[in-house]
Amino acid sequence: MTESIIGHRTTRIDGELKLTGKADYAADHNLLGQVYGYPVPSTIARGRLVGLDLEAARQSPGVIEIIHRGNFPALQHSDNNPACGSEGRLFHSPNTMAEQNKVGEARLPFEDDGIHYEGQYIAMVIADTFEHARAAARLVTARYEEEKAVPGLFQTDDEGEEAGDEAVSRGDPEGAFESAPVKFDHTYTIAMETHVAMEMHASIAYWDGDRLTVYESTQGVVFQRNAMAQIFGIPPEKVTVIAHYIGSGFGSKLFMWPHAVITAVAAKMVGRPVKTVLSRQQNFCSAGNRPASRQRIRMAADRDGRLKSIRHDSQNETSFVDAYTESVGSGTPRVYACDNVSVSQRRVEVNHGTPTSMRAPGEVSGSVALEIAMDEMAIELGMDPLELRRRNFAERDPSADLPWSGNHLRECWDDASRRFGWEKRNPEIGSMRDGHEIIGWGMADATWEAMRSHCKARVELRADGKVQVACGTQDIGTGTYTIVAQTASELTGVPIERIEVKLGDSTLPAGPLSGGSMATATVLPAVAGATRDAIEQLKQLAIADGAPFEGKKADALTFESGALSDGNRTLSFAELLDKLQRGMAEGEASAAPGDEQDKFSFRSFGAHFVEIRWDPGISRLRVSRVVSTIDIGRAINPLTARNQVEGAIVMGMGMGMFEETEYDPAGNIYNNNYADYIVPVHADIPDIEVELLDNPDFNFNEFGARGVGEIGITGMAAAISNAVYHATGKRIRDMPIKIADLIAS
Amino acid sequence: MRNFDYQRAGDVAEATALHGNDHSADFIAGGTNLIDMVKLDIMRPERLVDVNRLPLTGIESLDDGRLKIGALVTNTDLAYHERVLADYPVLSEAILTGASTQLRNVATTAGNVMQRTRCPYFRNPARPCNKREPGSGCGALEGINRNHAVLGTSDQCIAVHPSDMCVGMQALGATLTIEGPGGTRDIPFEDYHLLPGDTPEREHDLNDGELITHVTLDAPIDGARGHYLKLRDRMSYEFALASCAAVVALDGDAIREARIALGGVGTKPWRSHEAEAALSGQPATEETFQKAAEAAMAGAVAHRDNAFKIPLAKQAIVRALATVTAQS
Repeated sequence: MTESIIGHRTTRIDGELKLTGKADYAADHNLLGQVYGYPVPSTIARGRLVGLDLEAARQSPGVIEIIHRGNFPALQHSDNNPACGSEGRLFHSPNTMAEQNKVGEARLPFEDDGIHYEGQYIAMVIADTFEHARAAARLVTARYEEEKAVPGLFQTDDEGEEAGDEAVSRGDPEGAFESAPVKFDHTYTIAMETHVAMEMHASIAYWDGDRLTVYESTQGVVFQRNAMAQIFGIPPEKVTVIAHYIGSGFGSKLFMWPHAVITAVAAKMVGRPVKTVLSRQQNFCSAGNRPASRQRIRMAADRDGRLKSIRHDSQNETSFVDAYTESVGSGTPRVYACDNVSVSQRRVEVNHGTPTSMRAPGEVSGSVALEIAMDEMAIELGMDPLELRRRNFAERDPSADLPWSGNHLRECWDDASRRFGWEKRNPEIGSMRDGHEIIGWGMADATWEAMRSHCKARVELRADGKVQVACGTQDIGTGTYTIVAQTASELTGVPIERIEVKLGDSTLPAGPLSGGSMATATVLPAVAGATRDAIEQLKQLAIADGAPFEGKKADALTFESGALSDGNRTLSFAELLDKLQRGMAEGEASAAPGDEQDKFSFRSFGAHFVEIRWDPGISRLRVSRVVSTIDIGRAINPLTARNQVEGAIVMGMGMGMFEETEYDPAGNIYNNNYADYIVPVHADIPDIEVELLDNPDFNFNEFGARGVGEIGITGMAAAISNAVYHATGKRIRDMPIKIADLIAS
Repeated sequence: MRNFDYQRAGDVAEATALHGNDHSADFIAGGTNLIDMVKLDIMRPERLVDVNRLPLTGIESLDDGRLKIGALVTNTDLAYHERVLADYPVLSEAILTGASTQLRNVATTAGNVMQRTRCPYFRNPARPCNKREPGSGCGALEGINRNHAVLGTSDQCIAVHPSDMCVGMQALGATLTIEGPGGTRDIPFEDYHLLPGDTPEREHDLNDGELITHVTLDAPIDGARGHYLKLRDRMSYEFALASCAAVVALDGDAIREARIALGGVGTKPWRSHEAEAALSGQPATEETFQKAAEAAMAGAVAHRDNAFKIPLAKQAIVRALATVTAQS
């Protein structure tokens, strides 16, 4: 092939399967003898479960078993990683990433009789059909000793516990603040959000002797395999987790949730496969959330707009059953040049299900406060908000004393502001009008750290002329199948139609979580290594005694367009394998970040320019235009990469204008469905003009890709709020912006 | 979902006979609301009588100028019917702002009249609700009530009526025809939905076994124009925070006749005779519209989270009137 397929707009290789319904999502599987689980949730937010009346449910048609605290395996208290099975007992899986077995909520199901949040499981009914299980679950009645709940971060005076490892300090932030001429001290809040991925959480488990197989909608088959092994005290080799297709996760499916543990235990108890599909309402309670956060920013600058001090002190919600830290201030020491910076983070326990990562966890929340604060500083200084950012461009990573591998933020500013027409902005509040509407223009920067993890992959050049790539990562809808195929196609010269990609199975060579925007940079180098290894294995086969290239040196052979050549004779790998009577040539590789991490700081940057329209006569706020330029290094597939940024921008609109998981004063969730939890619909989505710069970051990996899933959401809500200020003069520091915040009553 | 019996009726007489006087039976047409509530376990019918085969799918122009709409006419068919588009555009607009295309394709006219509140406390069997379980209390009064009603509330219930279609009908004026064991009766649309008062479980004037067969719209007001304006957080697929159906006939620059109905703010589809009185005979100016809006909302009562609905509803009224009276 003459033209590179890397960087080429490539339609999804799994698109047809999805359009025709042939893509097998977790809940699509139906196993012989399968029965159904339906959970019974707690209806109170805090207290103690003192009794369960199961009789009516037991008498209900089709009921096979009811799992609850009384018959659930006990917890084995042990700090040691169990080497082998322990009869009838379960172990904790940790809430750290170190062993690649982190779970979403460390507390085991039914572990104690405490009720820590509404929707916590108090039982699960197993029945012959989904409908029977659900009907019976409704007949379970519980008796509680109810206590007063902590309904949320904004309804408690609890200061929370310091997350010490989040603390950053450089220079003298306090002294610099005091002596600076321009400064302010503001507090910002962001409501709790829920991921609301289209596909519900689902788990199917079955045991074959001591071997456990699980179909799960998960962003990490390897993590879940390891977590299941840890919890059941069995070797990881005895657990298989399968997730061929995922209807998105946004972070809620990174780490295993309690429903999967109950389902696996249930399958063991009833001796049959058990399928559990969570209701939409249940998805809101016990499958993670972006915790509400409160952020105090004290920012100071000199009169020329050079930042002198930033102190960014944040709190986030966590649950009473796990300690979740949202790294809200993690971007703050890195984005702008400022010598005096401090960051702190505290966790406040509330009666919610345990929070988890949600698209751009931490940084997006921090970016809302920081980027609104930058706008406020520009107003204080009487300076254009873009100019203020230019004056604080960080030439090096100010937090690490390392050069950027590639910081193209200036190009992003130039490109996006030009396309948006920013120079035509009249800075006067409310000065730009169109009929009933006041137009507001705002901007904000976007940023996300570039991360890489470990990955293994296997590539087979097969006698049927196909290339098969296998990796134990998964495609959560972002296009991983396609970029893996592109990579194998690029290195073999075999057309993409003849590349088969196997993902989403923990028995494949171990791959990473689909999260943190790191899948591309992590997986592709391993795929490339395995492809090269397979070609090398093919060459070795080709030069062996009696083989077509006997006597040649391996490095004298070339491999192009799927064919091996010594300059005189050319054989496709299929022909060669056929002559050798071999099924395949197989290559394997693993890849990991190297010493480049000590030489450079890897981070992506971008800029959003947003136009809003505010109609004060009917209190209607709309986003009418978004122009964004993002630098992610090389986009392996600009089609799917742009799709990620556009989707993230829409999600940022949700954060800025709509999304709020509401808990009432009793600690009960109020809006647990798609009608009441407001996300943007098509009619809300304006023209979104995304430009991806093409600056390959070869320091990071051979493909120059830094990943793209998160960055688009960062800064978006701030850009909207800043535009609202420009239109209305109202500075909204609490997300989402509500009609009640803006209405002139 | 609990098991229930299912019966299908072929005509109106059979439907009412099958239903009988049985409190545990329900009629089902499009099912967009009923099935949802059965799944939520907040309605637990033991028997459903399917009325989809009944011959009530026609729309008929009557000699006196009225429009007689069969109970089973879908929201989509009604919204795009030529007489509705020509003579009752406010109704077409109201219907098309509601739900989604897929829902409107199966939701029926009478089903929409019977639509029940979206109050999350009503829709969650674990929460107190006087409407669902009389005497259990009202979760919304002390809970989250941003979406709740400010007009027609009681200390028992502040649930808002969710329909857009009904707001359009309320402005146009209509009559419901009801068939039941006692024969046929007609009732003015305005009297059909009931205020919650001390009996929020009684939502309308329909007895067990009775079936709405038709909705007949009043003859259009000569020379009137209509407009439905719906305000909400997002642009589609959300119930109204405040909406206004305005129907106005001008006589020169003066308002000859006006009809104002409100959605998203009332415990029933809210006809505002106070606003209409403030408009009648007055010049079609912003000042008049403001007075009408003030009159409409004079009796509004806010709770913790929904005070913004009062000015929002006023804005809906003023803008709807400005739009409908703008000289084209």
